[in-house]
Amino acid sequence: MVKVTYIAHDGTETTLDGAEGDSVMATAISAGLDGIVGECGGSMMCATCHCYVDDAWSDRTGPRKDGEDDMLDCAADDVKDTSRLSCQIKLTAELDGLVVHLPSSQL
Amino acid sequence: MSGVSEHVVIVGAGQGGLQAAMSLRTEGFTGRISLIGEEPGLPYQRPPLSKAYLKTGAADALTLRPAAFFEKHDITLVTGTRVDSIVRDTGHVLLGSKTLGYDHLILATGTRNLRPPIDGLEHALDLRTLEDAKRLRKELDRPRTCAVIGAGFIGLEFAAVARALGHKVTVAEAAQRPMARAVSSPIAARFAEMHLQMGTRLCFGQAVKEVDETGIHLPDGEKIDADLILLAAGVRPNVELAQAAGLPCDNGIVTDAQLQTADPAISALGDCAVFPDPRTGRLVRLESVQAATDHARTIAKRITHGTATPYAAVPWFWSDQSDLKLQIAGLAFPEDDCIECENGSVLRFDGDALTAAETINNPKVHMKARKILALQAPPGRDTLKRAGYDLTLI
Repeated sequence: MVKVTYIAHDGTETTLDGAEGDSVMATAISAGLDGIVGECGGSMMCATCHCYVDDAWSDRTGPRKDGEDDMLDCAADDVKDTSRLSCQIKLTAELDGLVVHLPSSQL
Repeated sequence: MSGVSEHVVIVGAGQGGLQAAMSLRTEGFTGRISLIGEEPGLPYQRPPLSKAYLKTGAADALTLRPAAFFEKHDITLVTGTRVDSIVRDTGHVLLGSKTLGYDHLILATGTRNLRPPIDGLEHALDLRTLEDAKRLRKELDRPRTCAVIGAGFIGLEFAAVARALGHKVTVAEAAQRPMARAVSSPIAARFAEMHLQMGTRLCFGQAVKEVDETGIHLPDGEKIDADLILLAAGVRPNVELAQAAGLPCDNGIVTDAQLQTADPAISALGDCAVFPDPRTGRLVRLESVQAATDHARTIAKRITHGTATPYAAVPWFWSDQSDLKLQIAGLAFPEDDCIECENGSVLRFDGDALTAAETINNPKVHMKARKILALQAPPGRDTLKRAGYDLTLI
């Protein structure tokens, strides 16, 4: 299992156990976490799974995937250097302990 | 609408029905919510059934929200249950021997597969529900010779997956090109070329005449042998419940610009609803995640706050076939002009107005088109022409 901590806009922290290969988005959705919508199911058709990767982890999550920049352009909240679509971050053993921050809104 | 609804009943637990329930809570609705679905199990995503799911078989990944979510948000989910009728006078729905009162009713009944009057069609499988997809996956566990009836999104997505797995695939389509209802000829041609290169046979202008257990018969007399036949000839909206309750229906449940039916206590959303296209006012029915979820949000706002902002969301659609991702922003009618851009995308125009952008593997242009089409006064054709029809320069 890979632990992922989601820090909501209001500061609430939720730590979930994800499976290797699952995305940060899917892990949140399957636990019913509010704050990530994932409307298109990870098809890169929306920007409703926007997250900010914690500074301590952004090297390990790597650069944005092809097309991610373009989708993030339509994110509801500010896009920062650490902004990612959480459907495009796949969990690996190296990401155990990952921390992501959630925006104030996804729509 | 004035006053606050105490109990909202949602008929149909697909993505749109679920979104209505979720958006009601997000908007602050505090009354009861009942979400009634005919299929068993938790609400799930349909788009991957003809894409990722066919490849991976990961059914759990399709679940939209876990059981605990419904408890947490106080949404009563009733599955495996069909609503038999609506009694509008008293504000009730009938489910078998039970009745359920509503203050507001949301119809999210979706569609069912169109089964044209073709002899022997009982030999053809469907691809609409998770159950259908599970069965198809099982059928694909040994080498197959597949015949697909219909070259729309579903038929072609299936063809791409089946061919990539090594199965033989023939697609028969009544129209002269693939995805004729959804995209322009140049885009259709590029997809046709890709499927041909994969080794799939495409037969256009061939409305299948007859099906039997050994294959399909084309009108030109040819028999295509197949031991797996998929029917993917489009869908029909589920309007019977609304129709029997006396609500106007016209290729869908007719709604106004606030997605309200002729009865102010009843709304309709998603694949089963026809609504006025915000740009032209023409009644349209869209089959998409976007329409289902954006309709749901509009209705939830109206029920919760009583406000009635006309629906104006920009439509978007996608299809994944092999390594080509088709993205469509906007809504073009068949007669709209078609401009092929240097970057490979196609822009559609109704006179001076940009109506849609069709792109392949080009999310940048797609997202730009969505932004431009959402503007109050989008740039006209001349402005776009001066930019060489490159939307990214606007």
